[in-house]
Amino acid sequence: MSSAIPYTVETRPDTGLNNVKLGIWIFLASEVMLFGSLFAGYILLRTGNPTWGKGSELLSVPLATLNTAVLITSSVTMVMAWVAAMERKLGKFRLYMGSTVALGAVFMVVKAFEYQAKFHHGAPPSYSTFMACYFTFTGLHALHVLGGMIINFYFGFPGAKMMATDPQQFANRVETAGLFWHFVDLVWIFLFPVLYLLNFQAPPA
Amino acid sequence: MDATGAHDHVDLKKHVRTYLMVFGGLMVLTLVTVGVRYLHLPVVPAILLALAIAIVKGSLVACYFMHLISERKLILILMLATVFFFFGVLLGPVLTELNEINPAR
Amino acid sequence: MTHAPTHDHAETGAAHGEHGAHAEHHELGFWRRYVFSVDHKTIGIQYAVTGLLFLLFGFSLMMLMRWNLAFPGKALPLLGKILGDSRMPGGSMLPEFYNQLGAMHGTIMVFLGVVPLAVGGFGNFVVPLQIGAPDMAFPRLNMLSYHAYFWGGVVMLGSFFVPGGAAQGGWTSYPPLADILPAGQTWWILGMLLLITSSLLGAVNFITTIIQLRAPGLTFWRLPFFVWAQFVTSFLLLLAFPALQAAGIMQLMDRVAHTSFFLPQGLVVSGQVLKVSGGGSPLLWQHLFWFLAHPEVYVLILPAMGIVAEVIANNTRKPLWGYRALVYSVVTIGALSFVVWAHHMFMTGMGTVMSTFFQTTTMIISIPSVIILTCLILSLWGGSIRFTPPMLFALAFLPMFGIGGLTGLPLGLASPDIHFHDTYYVIAHFHYVVAPGTLFALFAGVYHWYPKATGRYLSTKLAHLHFWPSLLFINGVFMPMFIQGLAGMQRRLYDGGVAYTHTAHVLWLHKVISFSAWGLALAQIPFIINFFMSRKRGALAPDNAWDATTLEWAAPSPPPHGNFAVEPIVYRGPYEYSVPGHAGDFYPQFEPGPETVSPIPGNPEPAHA
Repeated sequence: MSSAIPYTVETRPDTGLNNVKLGIWIFLASEVMLFGSLFAGYILLRTGNPTWGKGSELLSVPLATLNTAVLITSSVTMVMAWVAAMERKLGKFRLYMGSTVALGAVFMVVKAFEYQAKFHHGAPPSYSTFMACYFTFTGLHALHVLGGMIINFYFGFPGAKMMATDPQQFANRVETAGLFWHFVDLVWIFLFPVLYLLNFQAPPA
Repeated sequence: MDATGAHDHVDLKKHVRTYLMVFGGLMVLTLVTVGVRYLHLPVVPAILLALAIAIVKGSLVACYFMHLISERKLILILMLATVFFFFGVLLGPVLTELNEINPAR
Repeated sequence: MTHAPTHDHAETGAAHGEHGAHAEHHELGFWRRYVFSVDHKTIGIQYAVTGLLFLLFGFSLMMLMRWNLAFPGKALPLLGKILGDSRMPGGSMLPEFYNQLGAMHGTIMVFLGVVPLAVGGFGNFVVPLQIGAPDMAFPRLNMLSYHAYFWGGVVMLGSFFVPGGAAQGGWTSYPPLADILPAGQTWWILGMLLLITSSLLGAVNFITTIIQLRAPGLTFWRLPFFVWAQFVTSFLLLLAFPALQAAGIMQLMDRVAHTSFFLPQGLVVSGQVLKVSGGGSPLLWQHLFWFLAHPEVYVLILPAMGIVAEVIANNTRKPLWGYRALVYSVVTIGALSFVVWAHHMFMTGMGTVMSTFFQTTTMIISIPSVIILTCLILSLWGGSIRFTPPMLFALAFLPMFGIGGLTGLPLGLASPDIHFHDTYYVIAHFHYVVAPGTLFALFAGVYHWYPKATGRYLSTKLAHLHFWPSLLFINGVFMPMFIQGLAGMQRRLYDGGVAYTHTAHVLWLHKVISFSAWGLALAQIPFIINFFMSRKRGALAPDNAWDATTLEWAAPSPPPHGNFAVEPIVYRGPYEYSVPGHAGDFYPQFEPGPETVSPIPGNPEPAHA
């Protein structure tokens, strides 16, 4: 028997899954717990703090709304890239994948601008627990965006050779990368209101 | 789906239509998320509403972009179990420290 | 034929380096074979050997500590001078150095020793073989996991040499102290981030492998209990470690970016108010840390229970008693382990509602643990017991884990914990579970699977020289600690508490413990000699070295790349020993018989041999 790993591409009949799809969902489960722990920290710190930064005053809601739209759009281009991979259409695939990476880059640029502005206005992470949360949560999220961009760039360009040699495995890999990318979008969908929008008048000290 | 999990062309066209509709829905909900601020709701309803909208948006991404709605039972069970533990870590610490929290301090 | 499609994909896969090291048609260079191997067996041995070395190192740290506990303030000859004035001026141990030894002893034993050996080592080597798979589902990810562990270990060891020395805040790294300690604490965090990544990637691999790569006929209810234990363990690692990852990132921010995640307002350090924003919560760290660390202790024990189960079934020539109960119990333990964590925090001022909740869940979780221990003990009844070296260690595990588990009960109840918290009683409790508990089970595993990995048995004579003194001395180390703890002796005191009158009458026990610890160290020498010597000089072992029933014994010893020449098929359960009417006292899972093979639903019937 060859030492090939079964069910790398074909699905195992009783689970209906191939290894990679199962693996990425399991990994995402751990990511849910990672960001969940951060939110847990936020809840504990927020409820225990009579004075808490007002997100809308310290942060730019318009920029973050733009970023939200950017990420959502990139999720659409990502899933369209997968469709193109399933259709074995290299040009269309490259277009959508390239757009996904580009939109990710836009997100990062806006984020960098936001960070720089905070530092400029004297609100670095050490300014308050709120800013600490803001920088840490969005920073970790941005690292995930960066990771996703690198993976997507690889599949979009140097790694796209596989579409010619093993199209189904390639499409599966694109789908897997997509699952990670959508998850990153999903986290932002929660980060955005929590950090930028949910703020209340602090009671008098 | 065949043994390799591949979809056929008819399937894909339907998928694309769904993706575009979800895209539209997500954009609308994003505007709603921001707009809700101007309602100036009190604390608890504001949090609940913001979270509800985020959950709807998140569910759209998960169900349609991540194909969760047509995904295998095993994945669904895995994610449901994860959500259960997610709420554990989310709420455990603050519930334990409730007697320490006094917002009117 | 059934697996033709797989074979085709293998060909194309190989063209893309999918099965890099599995392209068995050409010889691999040194680096690809020994350093960057993607073969689960090589990686398992890498984990095991590295883990054993770290266990030895962590043990050595503690032996140094034991010097100061037995002879507080006395100069340590030779070694004291070598360690230098920053650690032991004039050979006499500084409190800061004692704290470094303590923090690193705990960290190294748990994260660099036991888990890598139990999960990385035994899990990686045995699980694919026991399920009849050619390798793990993601071989390259497996290699990455080992390297994350290895380099995390390098960072941890390196922390001893930075100004201020290694981490000093305990293996628990509690803020505010951990936020303000010297640089070594930052290295600890960075090391932990690497180690956690290693475990998370490993968990993904194990779970996928166990679900997807079981051989035809190997249903979940035919899995060896060892595989069930590793399966549950992987879920614990997967879902609990991210909490410490998050907390570690926050503590890193506190230390490096001067945030106040864990620093309250107005904290005074060395007479001055700390210039931070404040508003943080030290308790937040404790919650996130223990959210991981409680499931972590089950990560420490479950693989051990799995090993003991395998060894007991094999050496009693009987099926395990209560296989289903064992499986239900281990799954229940896994689930419950996530909702007991605050029993480590009873003294933090939580209200009675929450302390009642956590002590209730803690009491409940003891039930499946007792069920597992009871099933293992009952498995001995009526057995034809073979006192092989693995069986000696497995048998010793039973009462030792019993003591460890039972002594945990007063700690899990909030009221007695008022007296016991942070005393030597706690140290005694958890060491009984992990040291004569898990560690003995891991030794059993080494003696049991060494013949599979090398094709030779470990020497029985040396095994006895290892076992009996170890059993004696390990009890000499930890039993007196219960007495000290009952008297109220606090943990983490560098001089063992000489200044306290209420424990003066139990101070002498420190000497008993220390000499036992040094005796325990000597008792490991026969094992170390055995381990290395038997590779070339041990008695030759047949493929099925112990007349065992599980799948790994169908492979050659040692197994080649791909493990099995022909994919095994499973015909029956994992512990068919002494089957009535069957010739011989064991009926391996993989031996064809008249029973129907239950195929993977949807797959064509596998060809019968």
